[in-house]
Amino acid sequence: MEYQSQAVAKYYFTAAIGLFVGQILFGLIIGLQYVVGDFLFPEIPFNVARMVHTNLLIVWLLFGFMGAAYYLIPEEAERELYSPALAILMFWIFLVAGALTILGYLLVPYSTLADLTMNELWPTMGREFLEQPTITKLGIVVVALAFVFNVGMTVLQGRKTVINLVLMIGLVGLAVFFLFAFHNPSDLVQDKFWWWWTVHLWVEGVWELILGSILAFVLIKTTGVDREVIEKWLYIIIAMTLITGIIGTGHHYYWIGTPEYWQWWGSIFSAMEPIPFFMMTVFAFTMVNKRKRDHPNKVAVLWALGTGVMAFLGAGVWGFLHTLAPVNYFTHGTQITAAHGHMAFYGAYVMVVLAIISYAMPIIRGRAANSNKAQVMEMWSFWLMTVSIVFITLFLTAAGILQTWLQRISDTPMTFMAAQDQIAIFYWMREFAGVVFLIGLIVYIMSFFVSEEDEMNA
Amino acid sequence: MDEMFTKSMARNIFYGGTVFFFLLFLALTFDTMGVVPSRDNHENLTPTVIAGKTLWEENNCIGCHTLLGEGAYFAPELGNVYVRFGNSTEAIKGFIKSRPKDGIPGRRSMPQFNFTDEELEQLAQFLKYTSEINTSNWPPNIMG
Ligand code: HEM
Ligand code: HEM
Ligand SMILES: [Fe+2]
Repeated sequence: MEYQSQAVAKYYFTAAIGLFVGQILFGLIIGLQYVVGDFLFPEIPFNVARMVHTNLLIVWLLFGFMGAAYYLIPEEAERELYSPALAILMFWIFLVAGALTILGYLLVPYSTLADLTMNELWPTMGREFLEQPTITKLGIVVVALAFVFNVGMTVLQGRKTVINLVLMIGLVGLAVFFLFAFHNPSDLVQDKFWWWWTVHLWVEGVWELILGSILAFVLIKTTGVDREVIEKWLYIIIAMTLITGIIGTGHHYYWIGTPEYWQWWGSIFSAMEPIPFFMMTVFAFTMVNKRKRDHPNKVAVLWALGTGVMAFLGAGVWGFLHTLAPVNYFTHGTQITAAHGHMAFYGAYVMVVLAIISYAMPIIRGRAANSNKAQVMEMWSFWLMTVSIVFITLFLTAAGILQTWLQRISDTPMTFMAAQDQIAIFYWMREFAGVVFLIGLIVYIMSFFVSEEDEMNA
Repeated sequence: MDEMFTKSMARNIFYGGTVFFFLLFLALTFDTMGVVPSRDNHENLTPTVIAGKTLWEENNCIGCHTLLGEGAYFAPELGNVYVRFGNSTEAIKGFIKSRPKDGIPGRRSMPQFNFTDEELEQLAQFLKYTSEINTSNWPPNIMG
């Protein structure tokens, strides 16, 4: 580690992985509730467990992004972090606020939580992914501002690189577009319209800048390829991201009361959104092929390559599958959406966070790379989790196709619940794949505890 | 990548493209705000409906159901439930009111929220209002 203050990343990475475990446990609960409807009912109803699943996902990814920034920004800027103390303070605030919110979901009915946190003063709760009490949302803004200030000052006072610049644009964008979470008009069409300014412009906009810069950093470090080459790729990838992704928001404006011209704008632009993801795949493989050194951390390279491939499959291919308006008319809000959501989130954001953790954690712990044994174990976890998510996606896609057919296309359409009964077998298989995912995650965590002595004997 | 294509060209495409397409997006947004009032059924956005939307949010209904295709996929679409239930707010209220407290053994069940009659009316009116938004003929059929 070149700068002492990079070590604050360790807090963030540790919390990220801890919350990741929670996310998956709740994923298994709701996956089971899909087929055993009364599981944990009425103590933990589906909507509560689902909220825990998705909110933990977002929160741990944010911890991952912040950890990544605290690690790579000082190194790129060639100076210590502006304020390590502030970074630690914000870590605890974010962790405690997050934990209290999750406990709130689990311990009291949601409407009680809304009353306790005085949602009526500024109602923002009860919208998908943005379920947090308004006070928690304000806390997130405070943490985000302090964070952006801290890393921003570091960049300003240090060497300015393209990676730092792109990461900063992504992080500022993340904070800015979160502000739309506070805008909740009574008019449902307006509400839905602006909701996507947070949700879509995050995952198909500014987060991709964060993704690109983290990936570029890991590739520079592990391949030794010339910075000029990598930076040129990074610029062109994020250019394509925003050129296609901003207007691409229109793929959510087909059926929510917004004007019909969005069917054209949304279809055409979002159909091009796979391009930057494809470029990311080519980028990762080209850089690894052109590598000027063989970095001892093989598993970090594996995660980086995996990010390229899986982000393209999940966001690019599975996104394209249902993004054209005539297709989306039938698939909108079915298991096809869930299938895509899982592979896209995993392939793009989970994997890039695991890539930077894989690269940075050994260095923070005082070695260039982990022992061979630990790396082999981590590679096992890579394959277990990645293959599981592929199967989860395939099972949900099968369920979604059948659901669409039975409920929306057939001459004798079934009710929603009747169609669900018909496709239960796929939900069982998804749950099984989910258990394998959890095993992969356990193996991942175990790989951190392989002692270095083992290496000496091996 | 090609040597002729320099980093500064890539950078300019990034800044130029982003600014251009963001401005275009703003222009489309501006136009959308002009068109939406003719489609969003806002004339029926009464205080009762608005109270219903708040109840919808404060009980996290979206955590199981979709509404106009967005939300969770565990329980039926509710954007058109008013139509599916025979254009009847009474049927909607009756359904919500009659959910068993401990659920239905082995089945996916909806919780019993213990709403007052006034709250039931607000929710039902909110769902009626939603069903009258012009959604370009979505969903494809009454099943949602
Ligand atoms: C890493 C990037 C991406 C992530 C994390 C992601 C994630 C998601 C999630 C979670 C949803 C469900 C939202 C909801 O609950 O309503 C969704 C919906 C959707 N995504 Fe993506 N997505 C990504 C990229 C893409 C791309 C590149 C495309 C198009 C090529 C795309 C097309 C769609 C469409 C059309 C929907 C709406 C589905 C529906 O109508 O139900 N996504 N995405
Ligand atoms: C491993 C076991 C997992 C299981 C059994 C599982 C199960 C589920 C279930 C049942 C839902 C709710 C679907 C609905 O609304 O009806 C869901 C939603 C979701 N899960 Fe998972 N999940 C798992 C892992 C993951 C992972 C690893 C990720 C992220 C990488 C993830 C991201 C999401 C997202 C983004 C949603 C919301 C999807 C949407 O709105 O379209 N899940 N999950
Ligand atoms: Fe999108």
